Amino acid sequence: MTSIGTSTPRSGGYERVTGTQRFLADIPIADVLHVKLVTLDCARARIVAIDTSAARQVPGVRLVMTASDLPQPVPRFGPQFKDRPVLADRETKYHGEPVAAVAAETEDAAAEAARLVAVEYEELPAVFTVAGALDPGAPLVREPALRPDDPLAGSNVLRVHRFGWGDVDGTSADLVLENTYRFPMVTQFAIEPHGFMAAPDGDGLTCWSTIQHPYQLQRALATILGLPLAKVRVVAPDLGGGFGGKQSPKFEPLVAFMALAAGRPVRLVLTLEETFQAVRRATAEIRVRTGFMRDGTLAFQDVRSDFLIGAYADTADRIVAKSNYVACGPYRVPAARIVARSILSHTTPSCAMRGIGTPQVNWAVESNLDEGARRLGIDGLALRLRNLPRHGEQFIPGDAPADGDWAQVVGRAAELIDWNGPLAAGHGRGIACGLKAGPTSGLSYATVRLLADGSVLVYAGTSEMGQGARTVFAQIAANELGVPPERVTVVMGDTSLVPFDLQTSASRSTVFMGTAIVRACADLLEQLRTRLSQAEGPAATAISVDKGKVTIAEREVSLADALRIALGKLGGELVGNGEMRRDGQAGHPLGGMPAFYEFNCTAVEGRVDEETGEIVINRYVSVGDVGRALNPAHVRGQDEGSAVMGLGHTLMEHYILDDGGRIRNLGAIDYRIPTSLDLPEEMHSEYVENEDGPGPYGAKGVGEGATLCVAPAVAAAVCSATGVVIRDLPLSPERVWTALQAQGRAAELASDSSPEHLRDEGQARPVPVGKGNSR
Amino acid sequence: MADVAGAHEIRPGAEVMGGQQPIELMDAVPIRLTVNGRPRELVVAPHHTLLDVLRDELGLTGTKACCLVGECGACTVMIDGRTVDSCLVLAAEADGTAVTTVEGLAHDGELSRLQQAFVDCGAVQCGFCIPGQLMSAHALLVDKPHPDAAEVKEALAGNLCRCAGYEQIVEAVLQGAEEHAK
Repeated sequence: MTSIGTSTPRSGGYERVTGTQRFLADIPIADVLHVKLVTLDCARARIVAIDTSAARQVPGVRLVMTASDLPQPVPRFGPQFKDRPVLADRETKYHGEPVAAVAAETEDAAAEAARLVAVEYEELPAVFTVAGALDPGAPLVREPALRPDDPLAGSNVLRVHRFGWGDVDGTSADLVLENTYRFPMVTQFAIEPHGFMAAPDGDGLTCWSTIQHPYQLQRALATILGLPLAKVRVVAPDLGGGFGGKQSPKFEPLVAFMALAAGRPVRLVLTLEETFQAVRRATAEIRVRTGFMRDGTLAFQDVRSDFLIGAYADTADRIVAKSNYVACGPYRVPAARIVARSILSHTTPSCAMRGIGTPQVNWAVESNLDEGARRLGIDGLALRLRNLPRHGEQFIPGDAPADGDWAQVVGRAAELIDWNGPLAAGHGRGIACGLKAGPTSGLSYATVRLLADGSVLVYAGTSEMGQGARTVFAQIAANELGVPPERVTVVMGDTSLVPFDLQTSASRSTVFMGTAIVRACADLLEQLRTRLSQAEGPAATAISVDKGKVTIAEREVSLADALRIALGKLGGELVGNGEMRRDGQAGHPLGGMPAFYEFNCTAVEGRVDEETGEIVINRYVSVGDVGRALNPAHVRGQDEGSAVMGLGHTLMEHYILDDGGRIRNLGAIDYRIPTSLDLPEEMHSEYVENEDGPGPYGAKGVGEGATLCVAPAVAAAVCSATGVVIRDLPLSPERVWTALQAQGRAAELASDSSPEHLRDEGQARPVPVGKGNSR
Repeated sequence: MADVAGAHEIRPGAEVMGGQQPIELMDAVPIRLTVNGRPRELVVAPHHTLLDVLRDELGLTGTKACCLVGECGACTVMIDGRTVDSCLVLAAEADGTAVTTVEGLAHDGELSRLQQAFVDCGAVQCGFCIPGQLMSAHALLVDKPHPDAAEVKEALAGNLCRCAGYEQIVEAVLQGAEEHAK
């Protein structure tokens, strides 16, 4: 009886409800020194001098490190550009960038000493908006010397990505609608703050980190320390949430240098405020010009995306490219022009966050579809269905075709929201589609050991961060080997134990590592067959091994007995290896076609409290295209969590920067994420299973889809309920109330003579009939 | 490290200091606590919180540290039957009380009904907020054995979760309550 498709209880569930699960901060390290960072209360400053003498006098202090204590020039690192210094190098570039760090015997001593590090600095002008960063007189975030041979080095534009097809300028449309949409700075806010530890280890180093990509960290540390990979061990304990913020190295190089300098283990656990200053999602201003035909058929999309990334690139530029490549969404678009810029600023380095850039682009493009639908008098659902590609239809020229029955997904969402049903007074509905390109390349190795008693060890370099990879891998190995999942132990998160895995990102692990595990199991069973043949001699031809079901000469043998026969008197074990490699494609704009798409349809029914501007969501529907749900409870948990995270950026979350670029709402309440009291009155998450994914048993990646199109669906419901169009997120009560007041004033001014029932903030520039090049 | 010394050369300013031991910032305070039924006698720094002491002195790391200012609920424990954010309670203030942490919910390795319901309903994802959620839910069920969904949501409003949509957590509490009633 297979566990595939059943809600197998979470591996590690017992530990997590008893408090015995050890997260990074729970791991005891003998003789450890506690690290505290020294930061400045401004976004950008020239460091004039750092006096550490008073700090060094604090009893218990063992080390105070500044950039001048590091190898010179100060080592830099980063997943795409080697641009982030281990400590601020002469200049801080964002609010909270550390300029020094203290290591002491106690946290108290470290905190006291950090306070006593005297930094003389001169605050410098900073840029923290798209307009500010693009101003010709703007200070340059990245020194031109770090951008040799880069024609953009004299600006804050890091990269410009151009995608498209067809002839936008030569394409006629019945309606051309151009609007600009804004998406705020939000943060991942994993409840587990980021933590880092390092210790000298023989002639190498061990680093513990809340990191999603332990192998990427291993390479970064080996490079920066000049150590062989084999001398750098990275331990990545199960994470208390990641959401992309924990993908790439942040302060691991710093703690590594400190551990080596002190000759002792060091430990840095960020405060929540420091975590907010360390990671965020890119804010974006996206201008969309869409050409529609009268019947709602899309004629063209002309998208200009400006993503305000942070002071250091991290993975932000890759995110800009990948999300904008699919800016047109899951639709047939005859002509498209997409220009996406990643723009540096003196702000927290933005990095991956659930949906990687797609929620920003999707907010703009889906919302513009709704504006077009309203002007054309077409239903938003009908407009989407009209343009949705069929399963197998190529919708981005030269790229992977639609890999699911997306109309089925949209149809189910419409059914669940009762799209054509009667609406209560003051209520409105909205529907939107989201499409994210899955991983374009990847490499995962897995090792599976079948022990003498028939129990199983699986070794996987994926990080468990709540998504349930550990459980699903156990289910896969159990199914392939014909053992119960509780007989399988999955080992993860230690580069000295598990083989290489490229990344835990882009909802890839079930598809990539899952496939590697299937192959490792097949390798192992082939060895079992060979050993049985050798042991049984002439009967060899009559041996069959299929998913752990062994028959010898038509006699069924239990796996335990088969192992006894195969392994002989000495016992031992069988070890299988599997590899899942997906090479990129030369010349592809993203380096490769996506292995799968994540497709979601979100539908909302809601109303607005006109007194307060608060949006009340009465009914919320999310339907994903998952291929096959290997563990339905896990899929539901991921989808609902993804949806509620989307409600966060839709309704409430945003960094508030002051006029100096300082973040003014550092902290859980001032920032505010959804709580159990912020949920829709009813929530329905469902998925479509057609077993049409590339992963084991037809699975596709899940976990990000449900966050992609929350905002446009909610905004469409708000417009349907009230008539107001809002193009900036979040749809906070203040913003909605203000829009309602403006609408009321506009209505008074126009008395009741306006033929249009829809009014907006006056930003739209509709052109009733035109060509693609009309402005 | 001789073979790689050049690669991570540490410059002179960063010499490692030795010898001095941390001073006691203020006089230590002796306290007595009953933690999960077990009497404990401790000497604590007056500015250390109950959270600090549970995690760092007693090794009870099931109680989680996140915001440290009473906003996220990850450090929720019970003192004499009432839930508190242990980051907001000085250890010295807890002198003489009975403290229950997540480690005190299971008995002899057997999960409480509420804990089992969390596992069964898929309420646990990354698990970092779960000890706090469990303590708030446990306190609710002690006070009100048969809550409705709205009461559960109200009781858990101070416990932030970023993985879940809360729905499975609420279902787990309701199921735990039913089991409780059996």
